Amino acid sequence: MRDSDAFTVSLVYLARLREAFGKSSERAEVPTGVTSVAALRTWLAARGGVWATELAPGRAVRIAVNHTLAQPDTPVRPGDEVAIFPPVTGG
Amino acid sequence: MPVRVQIEDFDVSRELAQLRGDNRAVGAVAAFIGTVRDVNDDARVASMTLEHYPGMTEKALAAIVDEAKSRWNIVDALVVHRVGALAPSDQIVLVGVTSAHRGEAFAACEFIVDYLKTRAPFWKKEQTPSGARWVEARATDDEAAARWHTPRGPAT
Repeated sequence: MRDSDAFTVSLVYLARLREAFGKSSERAEVPTGVTSVAALRTWLAARGGVWATELAPGRAVRIAVNHTLAQPDTPVRPGDEVAIFPPVTGG
Repeated sequence: MPVRVQIEDFDVSRELAQLRGDNRAVGAVAAFIGTVRDVNDDARVASMTLEHYPGMTEKALAAIVDEAKSRWNIVDALVVHRVGALAPSDQIVLVGVTSAHRGEAFAACEFIVDYLKTRAPFWKKEQTPSGARWVEARATDDEAAARWHTPRGPAT
């Protein structure tokens, strides 16, 4: 399904969130009104269930757009790769 | 090549020798080696798995090294970070910095480690007697990184 009121982004889930969501990636049709990282998070949380739990306001979630750490107001554009993951624990 | 992500172990002596090369302007080499502890948050750690985000990891590490080079007068810097299955006492990460004098090398090395721990997309999953668990990020790591938010790092 595809129409002019939506655009496609690649979503990537990592570490604990990959396990919680039960998938490592997906292509999603996002409503054109979803123009920022914060809006995308809210849109995904509206799926309910584990999405609502894990992406609820106040939960520590990091988001990268096209491989660069993003802020809530970072724009999301057609074709972007948006990765959603917990705070990092390397080193 | 200043940053690498790899499954294999690394040889610290060889890595640092390569970093130094034959550059006679180098008067100081600072290195940090992170290793796997056998206890974390009061639980015995039998093994761990390190996951990363291919594509972003190298870019994030390179950005941190570039930031260090812009802040301090260093000659070069190296980050080698392992992923995959690791056991207690295994090496996880090597950060090496060369400079003319020790002060810059020490500071840049600590900065790279602090930023790596809060900005590079790696995640640890530990196997403990009560099952597998994802390591939670530590507030102390955020605080360590925040010390560097002023242009020249910790002032006092």
